[in-house]
Amino acid sequence: MHEFTEAFRLAFALVLAGDADLIEIVGLSLRVSLTAIILACFIGLPLGAWLAITRFRGRGAVLVVVNALMGLPPVVIGLLVYLSLSRAGPLGSFGLLYTPTAMIIAQTILIAPIIAALSRQVIEDLHAEYDEQFRSMGLSRRETIAALLWDGRTALITVALAGFGRAIAEVGAVIIVGGNIDHLTRVMTTAIALETSKGDLPLALALGLILLVIALTVNALAMSLRRKSHSFAHG
Amino acid sequence: MADPIRTTALTLKAGGEDRIRALDLTLSARGTTVIMGPNGAGKSLLLRLLHGLIAPTSGTIHSTGRQAMVFQRPVMLRRSVEANLLFALRRGPYAQDAENKCREMLTEISLNTRAKQPARSLSGGEQQRLALARALSLGPEILFLDEPTASLDPTATLAIEKTVQRSADAKTKIILVTHDQGQARRLADEIIFLHNGQLCEHTLAAEFFEAPTSQQARAYLAGQLVL
Amino acid sequence: MLRPALAALLMMTTSAAVAGDSIIVQSTTSTANSGLYAHLLPMFEAETGITVNVVAVGTGQAIRNARNCDGDVLLVHAKSAEEDFVADGRGVERFDLMYNDFIFVGPPEDPAKIKGNSPIDALAKVEAAKALFASRGDDSGTHKKERALWDEAEIDLSDASGTWYRETGSGMGATLNVATGMGAYTMTDRATWISFGNKRDFEIIVEGDETLFNQYGVILVNPETCPSVKAAPAQAFIDWLLSSAGQAAIAAYSRQGQQLFFPNAVKPDQNG
Repeated sequence: MHEFTEAFRLAFALVLAGDADLIEIVGLSLRVSLTAIILACFIGLPLGAWLAITRFRGRGAVLVVVNALMGLPPVVIGLLVYLSLSRAGPLGSFGLLYTPTAMIIAQTILIAPIIAALSRQVIEDLHAEYDEQFRSMGLSRRETIAALLWDGRTALITVALAGFGRAIAEVGAVIIVGGNIDHLTRVMTTAIALETSKGDLPLALALGLILLVIALTVNALAMSLRRKSHSFAHG
Repeated sequence: MADPIRTTALTLKAGGEDRIRALDLTLSARGTTVIMGPNGAGKSLLLRLLHGLIAPTSGTIHSTGRQAMVFQRPVMLRRSVEANLLFALRRGPYAQDAENKCREMLTEISLNTRAKQPARSLSGGEQQRLALARALSLGPEILFLDEPTASLDPTATLAIEKTVQRSADAKTKIILVTHDQGQARRLADEIIFLHNGQLCEHTLAAEFFEAPTSQQARAYLAGQLVL
Repeated sequence: MLRPALAALLMMTTSAAVAGDSIIVQSTTSTANSGLYAHLLPMFEAETGITVNVVAVGTGQAIRNARNCDGDVLLVHAKSAEEDFVADGRGVERFDLMYNDFIFVGPPEDPAKIKGNSPIDALAKVEAAKALFASRGDDSGTHKKERALWDEAEIDLSDASGTWYRETGSGMGATLNVATGMGAYTMTDRATWISFGNKRDFEIIVEGDETLFNQYGVILVNPETCPSVKAAPAQAFIDWLLSSAGQAAIAAYSRQGQQLFFPNAVKPDQNG
């Protein structure tokens, strides 16, 4: 198990040395995935809330589709975005392929369905409780959605974390649309894939450990935020 | 002041059954109307029909004026005491001066020291006091209450009744569903007695408790089980 | 021949390469994974101020991406596919850049006893022994070369796939990881092997045959079919690679005391 001890040693050495390349890669990972989760929340939360409170023909089918989209492999989304952003594709003229923007787009598409599907469940439960009160007060649909999203914030933070976890951990989409270009589109996961393909398994594992620590840190921050709002939710 | 609430041939079918059967009602324009009746009589359904939370299968309801409702189990937003009240205040006639009005109302219901606390950390009685204040903050001309004290102790019940009475005195039309005969005697100006979705009696409170005319009401008041 | 005239034409029709430009090179993986770009690019960038962004995928994928105009320069190692690319009007002209060679690596016990054999004999023995063989299976330059060798040995692999013949569908590094993991033979370019970190006890089993020659080529993606191509800085990069300075830089790159790539561009000044 020489690889494991070597990986830990390397991880510490990289972090302690404040390796400039590492900082750049970590920074880009966070920038891409955090931007994606924010965009995905702007799309997914209102959509999930709307699906939760609206009854229409074909709603069941829409829910099945949204739930199924949660399971789309990142590489498929990467391909779809690649084909769209490629110079030969419909959006090629924007020149977005192999940029962080392309990676943000791909990850947003990847996690927006997760945010929509999970928030739909959360909001539907909350709506069952609030529905009569809100209708009694004459809230519009927009006001109802806003109030439900705010009051569901504790659970929705967990939903956002699930989305962030999937974004920061995926490699299939960003490696296709980002191209893993050094100093431009290289993120933690594509760097890990690269080091693995170079056969430098301890370095790959060390980067994995650092990614784990980053994910833990983001989760811890979100959880402390969650605890603050938790007392209002269940006090 | 609001016009009297009128219904004609108000009917509600649910699950293949008639839950409210062709009610023709004209409620008094002021004072407190109490809806009574055994379990399953359709009291809460009638209240929700009148308030517009559910749509009738057939028949019409005529009512005007701002309305608000207090539910049996207070629906507390997952926010502070103050935020729960402000949420309604900003939608009502006091929107311009919501902050001041909020402090004033919280003081009235003795929750001013707990303004910043989560509303859901309040006791059941406190929550219902807040829910009632929240309903009143909308400046309703008609206030609906669905067994608001059903799960409260006598002290908490008294506090709610006091506030309801004060509103009635201030010309708010009160429509209250209750199981509590004592409460009905204390608050009611008129009584609607329902049984099995049908109107059995609609009369002044004093007459209802003195000399109920229907057999079901007599049995109910005598504390017998009415099926 | 064509190139200087074309370069002159490009100078006239497009703005000259300037510092601050950036180009995308669609590349085979071996040049990236072996660290060659990390060695070359800082020199080029210091000289010209042009940023070179490398997308390292298999040769097949690199050519497909370039066909979609998603790159300015193509740097791969599959000569006939490269010539098709130019013949189709997708590339301007193909230049030999450098070479190294392919090798077979495998476990030291050499289960099919192929050490020192010619590649063709070795593959025949691997098949006879049904010894594990890991193939890229990804339409890369290395994969194309490997399939050509099997064809030459007249061995039909259609029934073997999934038994002793394992197609990883992955890059060279991933395939080497698979091979060392399961104790299978595999074919790799020498540069990737020398710089590969997870060799375990694997050894070079077959090498040194002329059929294992591995030529790298470089092509400017055709700005006429792909107007997004930044022709001037891309041509500047190609010119530099083919210049004596670029060729010397390639020759100077070594890992573990071994030269990985051998420049063999035809000198432009002998070319005009």
